[in-house]
Amino acid sequence: MAELLSLHDAVARYVEDGATVCMEGFTHLIPFAAGHEVIRQGKRELTLIRMTPDLVYDQLIGAGCVSKLIFSWGGNPGVGSLHRLRDAVEKGWPQRIELLEHSHAAMACAFEAGAAGLPLAVLRGYVGSDLPKVNDQIKFIDCPFTGERLAAVPSIRPDVSLVHAQKADRKGNVLVEGIVGVQKEAVLAARHSIVTVEEIVDDLDVEPNACVIPGWAISAIAVAEKGAYPSYAHGYYDRDNRFYKAWDAIARDRDAFTAWLDDNVHNAGGQS
Amino acid sequence: MRTDYTAAEMMTVTAARALENGMTCFVGIGLPSEAANLARLTHAPDVVLIYESGTLQTKPEVLPLSIGDGELCESALTTVSVPEMFRYWLQGGHIDVGFLGTAQIDRYCNLNTTLIGDYHDPKVRLPGGGGAPEIATNAGEVFITLKHSRRTFVRDVDFVTTLGFGRDGKGREGVPNIGKGPTRVITDLCVMQPDPETRELVVVSLHPGVTREDVCDATGWEIRFAEALESTPEPSARELEVLRELKERTNRKHAGE
Repeated sequence: MAELLSLHDAVARYVEDGATVCMEGFTHLIPFAAGHEVIRQGKRELTLIRMTPDLVYDQLIGAGCVSKLIFSWGGNPGVGSLHRLRDAVEKGWPQRIELLEHSHAAMACAFEAGAAGLPLAVLRGYVGSDLPKVNDQIKFIDCPFTGERLAAVPSIRPDVSLVHAQKADRKGNVLVEGIVGVQKEAVLAARHSIVTVEEIVDDLDVEPNACVIPGWAISAIAVAEKGAYPSYAHGYYDRDNRFYKAWDAIARDRDAFTAWLDDNVHNAGGQS
Repeated sequence: MRTDYTAAEMMTVTAARALENGMTCFVGIGLPSEAANLARLTHAPDVVLIYESGTLQTKPEVLPLSIGDGELCESALTTVSVPEMFRYWLQGGHIDVGFLGTAQIDRYCNLNTTLIGDYHDPKVRLPGGGGAPEIATNAGEVFITLKHSRRTFVRDVDFVTTLGFGRDGKGREGVPNIGKGPTRVITDLCVMQPDPETRELVVVSLHPGVTREDVCDATGWEIRFAEALESTPEPSARELEVLRELKERTNRKHAGE
C-alpha cells in the first residue's frame, strides 16, 4: 500500500546512488519536481531510463547525476538538441555518459514486458537498422512457430520509477489522464515506485476504463503541485512551450546552465 | 493566375497532396505534421492522423510543437498508451503511410537521425531513432519530406537509423511482413521516387522555377532524372490560404502560452 510521503523523503528513501531510475512521461506529465529533488539530493552514478529524455534529463545530466542513459529519442521536442546531453556525449562535461539506445517500439515493448514479469520483449523491429550494431542488448530470434526473424530486447526492470499524475485518493490510488505514455508500465515494471500528484482527493470519481494505478501497486505518493511544469498536466495546466524554447539558450552555455540550476533547483527549496 | 508562394510552402503543399482522403497516416513531428494537417484541412478531410504519443485520429486546431501536446489528445477520437500504439496500431498493420522527416537521407532512402561522424566519437549527436525505425517497416509505405541541401542529401548516411532500401538497395528483399518502404521524397526543390529496379532515388518532378542544376547542386551524389520529368503543379490559392492561416494560428498559440 502506497505511503504518503514528502517528495524529499520519498526520494531519500527510494533513490540510491548507482540505481537504475526511470522517470517517464511521453511529452506529458513529465516528473520535473521529482527530477529536481533527485538533483538537490546530489544522487550520483544513476542509470536513467526513458523513451523521450527531454529537459529534466538534460538537467540531471548537466548536474552530474548520470553515468548511463537508456533511451530512444533524446531531444527538445520541436526545438532541437539537448545541449547538456550533447556536451556530455561529445565533450565529456561534467562527465562522460554511456548511451544505450533503442527505438520507441522496442522500449515500449520492453516496458510492457517488464510490467508483465517477462525477461524479454519480442517485436517486428530494427529491420535493416544499424542500431543493433551499437547496442548489444538488441538480438534477433526465430519465431518457434513460423520461423520469422524477430527482434528481442531485455525487459525494463528499473530499481525505481518516478512518474507524475493528476491525482490520488487517500488510499494512494492514482488516476492518470490524457497522454498516458508508459507510466503504468513504468510503475509496474519497477521494484519501487514514487508517484507525484497534483492533489489528493477524497474520491477519484473515475469511469470504469480509466487509467488507474492501484495504491497497493505503488511504493510512495508525494504531492507536488505543478510537479510536471514546464511540461503539462492534462486538465490542470498547459505546457509552457515558451520555456521549452528558452531552454535552448540556457542549456547551450555551461555557465548559464549552472546559474539556472542554482537559482531554480539547488536554491529553490523544493517541497519538503 | 500566378500566386506568390515560398519554396517552403511549395514543399508543404506538395507533401500534403501525396496523402489521399481516407488514408491512415502515422505522422512525424515538424514538416510531416504540417503537411498532413494541411491535407486534412483541404482535399483529405477524412485522412486519419495518428501520432506516436498515442493520439488516434486526431484533428488539432494548431500544429503541435511536441509529439505530445495536449491539443493532440483533446482533438483525438481516443488516446491509447504508447505500447498499444506501437504494438496494435502500427505493428498490427493498421497504418497505410508513415510520414517522416530526417536529418540525413541517402540515395537508397536510408535515414539518419542518430549522429554525424563516428558512433563512438560523434561530431554531432542527433536525437536518435524515436518511432522511425519501425514506422518505416511496419507502415504500408513511407513518405519523406525535408529541405534539400548537400548537408541532408548525402551519398551514404553516416548511420542507418531507419531502413530505406539498405546500403545496396536490396535491404527489403526477402524480408517478410514489412511494408513497401519509401515511395516518395518531397523537398523544397522537387519530388523523387525510388527506381523500381535499383531503388536509387530519381527526380520525377521539378517544382516551378527550379532547374536540374539547382537539384544537382543541393544533392551529395550524381542524382538521376526521370525521362518523363514533370513539373510539379503550383499551390492553389486555397491551399496557400489554409496553410497560412494554420501557421498563423499556430504561431499565436505558441507565442501566447
